[in-house]
Amino acid sequence: MKTIATKITIDPMTRIEGHLKIEATVDNHKVVEAKSEGTLYRGFEQILVDREPLDAIQITQRFCGVCPVPHAIASAQALDNAFGVMPPPNGRLIRNIVQGANYIQSHVLHFYHLASLDFYRGPDIPPFVPRYEADYRLPDTVREALVNHYIQAYQIRLKAHELAAIWAGKMPHMASIAPGGVTIIPRIDNITTSLWRLKELTDFIDNVYLPDVITVAQVYRDYFQIGAGCKNFLSFGLFDLDAEPEVTKRKRFFPMGRMSNGRIEPVDPRKITEDVAASWYDSPSHVHPSKADTLPNPAKPGAYSWLKAPRYDGEVYEVGPLARMAMAYQSKSMPKAVQLIDESLSTLRVGPEALYSVMGRHLSRALECKLVADELSSMIMQVKLEEPVCAEHKIPDEAEGMGLWCAARGALGHWIKIKNGKIARYQAVVPTTWNASPRDDKGQPGPIEQAMLGTTVEDTDNPFALARIVRSFDPCIACAVHLLEPGKSVKQFRIL
Amino acid sequence: MSLKTPISRRDFIRWAVAAPAAMSMVEEFLPKLAVALDEAVKEYPIIWLQASTCSGCSVSVINTIHPSIKNVILEQILPGHKLILNYHGTLMAATGALSVEAAFESAEKYKGKYVFVVEGAIPTKQNGVYGHIGEKDGKPITMLEWVDFFGRNAMATLTVGTCAAYGGLSAAQPNPSGSKGTSEVFQMLNITTPVINIPGCPCHPDWFIGTVAKILLYGMPAPKEIDEQGRLKLFYGRSVHARCINRDYLDDGIFATKFGEEGCLLELGCKGPFTSADCPIRLWNGGVNWCIGAGAPCFGCTEKGYPDAHSPLYQRR
Repeated sequence: MKTIATKITIDPMTRIEGHLKIEATVDNHKVVEAKSEGTLYRGFEQILVDREPLDAIQITQRFCGVCPVPHAIASAQALDNAFGVMPPPNGRLIRNIVQGANYIQSHVLHFYHLASLDFYRGPDIPPFVPRYEADYRLPDTVREALVNHYIQAYQIRLKAHELAAIWAGKMPHMASIAPGGVTIIPRIDNITTSLWRLKELTDFIDNVYLPDVITVAQVYRDYFQIGAGCKNFLSFGLFDLDAEPEVTKRKRFFPMGRMSNGRIEPVDPRKITEDVAASWYDSPSHVHPSKADTLPNPAKPGAYSWLKAPRYDGEVYEVGPLARMAMAYQSKSMPKAVQLIDESLSTLRVGPEALYSVMGRHLSRALECKLVADELSSMIMQVKLEEPVCAEHKIPDEAEGMGLWCAARGALGHWIKIKNGKIARYQAVVPTTWNASPRDDKGQPGPIEQAMLGTTVEDTDNPFALARIVRSFDPCIACAVHLLEPGKSVKQFRIL
Repeated sequence: MSLKTPISRRDFIRWAVAAPAAMSMVEEFLPKLAVALDEAVKEYPIIWLQASTCSGCSVSVINTIHPSIKNVILEQILPGHKLILNYHGTLMAATGALSVEAAFESAEKYKGKYVFVVEGAIPTKQNGVYGHIGEKDGKPITMLEWVDFFGRNAMATLTVGTCAAYGGLSAAQPNPSGSKGTSEVFQMLNITTPVINIPGCPCHPDWFIGTVAKILLYGMPAPKEIDEQGRLKLFYGRSVHARCINRDYLDDGIFATKFGEEGCLLELGCKGPFTSADCPIRLWNGGVNWCIGAGAPCFGCTEKGYPDAHSPLYQRR
């Protein structure tokens, strides 16, 4: 029997950061083609050119109000690298603490406020109505508990922001970051008030967040088989543990690495390229971000996205909590992560393969949140009063710098080139550019596209399974599309 | 914590119609039925547009402590006054076309009676093709079209954050998307809806809640209550410098010359003297700190022209 393929458009994809449109072609109830497209262009890289190098650490934070901290840190590390300075222990620790607190804020916000409404009906008042009718399967008692936890989670993520702001000055958009470390002079009350706020966060993660994810996962077990993606994983690592200047050799709490065909491999940053075969750019394809040009051509045949396609050694990689946790599990390098994953998988009666899925991503995010929160306490305790927080720097006339870090949503790289003491070129390759990338030069779809392919969609008017898949990646489009450039004949085309 | 929500007559009727689906809410709502039948509760539909933004202002506003965000979106924000958040891209349950329909339906139903909140600048170059949200009849709706339609028919417009007020970061040179602040776009489109600016990068939750409360209880502010940048003097009436914690360092001539050093931060680029905001006494995130309290200069984020007018950010102006 011949069927007629149906094209589905979800625009706007709400409850994510930024503006995203999803298109999928469904034939015989299966997704046969999928596209994810950012719908806002801001042009930050052009804005950065000719400014003072230090300004980048403030300006790049404005890529994203949910995750400004990783941009601040990646940018500061690119400057550290360009200036040849490394933060003293206090500087390193305080950056880690602000980042850790922001992970908790971001992960809690993602599960409760962005993703969880895909699985139950909220109260029957705006903004919880109108809503799509979907297969809401949770029993009333669970649903009521989740509604209450949704409300409670607002207070928790606010506390996580307070924990960050103690050291950052304010959140979102931290003030205290600087090349060579941080600007804040620590006081004893910073330490005590941080520890007690952290205690509240830890209690919530252990007693509410993790159990809720397990409860939802038990009811939506089929979502352990949906949305697998490319199963290659990349992480630049998180939390500096020493002051090794060479980033690939630096010891990190979550290590830098990648997983390809189930094997853990080292990362060589030189092998990162950006393809533009399916992107509206005429600039050379398959070029390293530090050398990349961006020549837009919205009339380019075969292109359908303003996002470039970052690839490692030509291959597609997923980034984010699942990438970090899958590698921690596979490499056995973090015994506590292995134990937490094993316990959860055993409670849920699924195997490790189940991690590569919609529910696997939610579970990985929650477990990672716990690992980060548990680690924060010792980092707070290591901050030493009366000791330096920042190494002095001098801005060279010419230099290049690279900052590799992990945002809550995944691997993040900033590359700066300084000429005549000013920014000559600035490039950032952000988590959602990896995850929401279009097809590359070899025709390989990006991770989110791969995760949607083959998914069963019963009702093309109500493709809730696709929304669940996309949200499991926690896309951040404001970050991903910052590097787009306008085209001359843009008017004839839809800026997607 | 339970979700006890006073509901209006309209919501009560909606609830009653939807009763089978909402059976689990019965116990929660029963004690409040008396309130539900009280017509005295005034409702203010809110349509919150996120245009060219990083979403940081939404993230900041939901940090409100008293009232909590639960109080703001589910309860009467003030006795007899209730906000109804009919459209907010990050918080609403609906997605895709359904979410856009909710915005348009609300605007038609409450024409001239809803509050339009703008977050982010508005891309205007080439008729606004640089940013769109949703589609109508298969064609993308540009953010510029959103502002035209929803701005024109609103009772009042609040701009949340410096991008929405003046263009901010999104409009920084060379301003590749031709982004502008809301008042400028209104002028361009001959829209006369009153605009109150609540700038900041991000906007402080107290400034937003305070501005809303001022309007609900006292009506639109009189011209004398507003400064030349369209902000309430209540929050933006004095300079950061005037109430800075480092004034004694300045008086004693003690200046920090490198990061992490005690002293007045003027030499590290502090824009406190050129910036109007009550940060020194309000503080941020539950009062735990603020930029200068963390040894960082004030970057002037509440001002028209930020960031360009204050750049280089880390050099003395």
